[in-house]
Amino acid sequence: MASLGIDVLFKGTNLLRLLQGLWVSIEISLISVVLSILLGLIVGVLMTINNKFLKAILKLYLETVRIMPQMVLLFIVYFGTTRVFGWDMSAESSAIFVFTFWGTAEMGDLVRGSIKSIPTIQFESAMALGMDKIQTYIYIILPQTVRRLIPLSINLITRMIKTTSLVMMIGIVEVLKVAQQIIEANRNSSPNAAFGVFLVVFLLYFIVCWPISRLATYLEKRWA
Amino acid sequence: MSELLKVTHLHKEFGSNVVLKDINLSVKKGEVVVIIGPSGCGKSTFLRCLNGLEEIQGGVITVDGLPVEAGKRDITKLRQKIGMVFQSYELFPHKTVLENIILAPTKVQKRTREDAVKEALELLDKVGLVDKKDYYPRQLSGGQKQRVAIVRALLMHPEVILFDEVTAALDPEMVHEVLETMISLAKSGSTMLIVTHEMGFAKAVADRIIFFDKGDIVEETADVKEFFIQPKTERARKFLKTFAYE
Repeated sequence: MASLGIDVLFKGTNLLRLLQGLWVSIEISLISVVLSILLGLIVGVLMTINNKFLKAILKLYLETVRIMPQMVLLFIVYFGTTRVFGWDMSAESSAIFVFTFWGTAEMGDLVRGSIKSIPTIQFESAMALGMDKIQTYIYIILPQTVRRLIPLSINLITRMIKTTSLVMMIGIVEVLKVAQQIIEANRNSSPNAAFGVFLVVFLLYFIVCWPISRLATYLEKRWA
Repeated sequence: MSELLKVTHLHKEFGSNVVLKDINLSVKKGEVVVIIGPSGCGKSTFLRCLNGLEEIQGGVITVDGLPVEAGKRDITKLRQKIGMVFQSYELFPHKTVLENIILAPTKVQKRTREDAVKEALELLDKVGLVDKKDYYPRQLSGGQKQRVAIVRALLMHPEVILFDEVTAALDPEMVHEVLETMISLAKSGSTMLIVTHEMGFAKAVADRIIFFDKGDIVEETADVKEFFIQPKTERARKFLKTFAYE
């Protein structure tokens, strides 16, 4: 069998660079995820409010995010705004902005769904036991909302981590970009590197996302 | 005996749809009142008005002399005097049986955990569910859930307990165990208002029968046996006929 080309990673600091690239991916997703969760909670509660105007705006926001490919959004924010609005955003901030813009909409929709899915009778039976509004929310509604939300939001988080591979298109040197650089630099000495290096990148994504998705499955089972 | 619950000129409407018109009722301590009537006659809404889950548009409801007013601040205090068990199983799914039962006594009434647990276990033992105390609601049958819901209401030491068609969603074989629990509760002197479609049970447990139709009390009698043989009104006669098979 031909060489898999993994040996390239053990030349010089290649493996370290790849891990640094991975860290860039994780950093961008981590910041975006935290911001998305915080903003998503607010947007989600807003989505449950019965106000036509508010509903229309949020619906438009959610649909925009869903329909538009993330890469197009990235290009608009990074390349488009610089000249038109004169914003000088770094590639990293553009990426975090786009991922948060996306994550907030999706997260908001998950929060909305989780709150709506709690039957009215849960509110009523808590009230019938003499609980006031705050006690009802703290002991009955929020714990159930969070339980429904965690597995769903973890799936969103893994999707966001995977999608960070797009940010190399606006010049961020994340794990996939480093992999390309390593492959190109060693094109002559290890022509098979494309297979081995991308395989390792695949495994790195797997190592990051798999525990998160296992956690979701575990929580889903435990709280079913 | 003293008057515990008093309803005068209760009027309730949803928009232009009048669901309860000029209802008057008074219930004494220890009395078991069974409310029957066709679906949609307003009997469930009536119960929901009694503990302020529904706003009323006219009339006065008092429990122990205190007025029940939906949306008022002290409604939570009043609700502690009025237990309620619903038709659909409404246990809190994220809490075990025991946690479901002691939640309100410890958080709302600020009783100590030890005290609440001790009494909860006694009551669970009475309904034959003490071995299920650490189960989650999803692990219980419908009948078991309803018995837990009854215990949960009882632990608040309510003055009166409202039962809203508590067996309507149960499998036939589960109905009996729940009704047995309610009959023994009635025998122990609890004040109960029961909405039900189980006529045999109504006959066995009621001190007084109230027949509702179209948002109105059509017939009211303490002569329970007589009511089921020979009701005074034509509407009650027609209603009871729908339960008879020849």
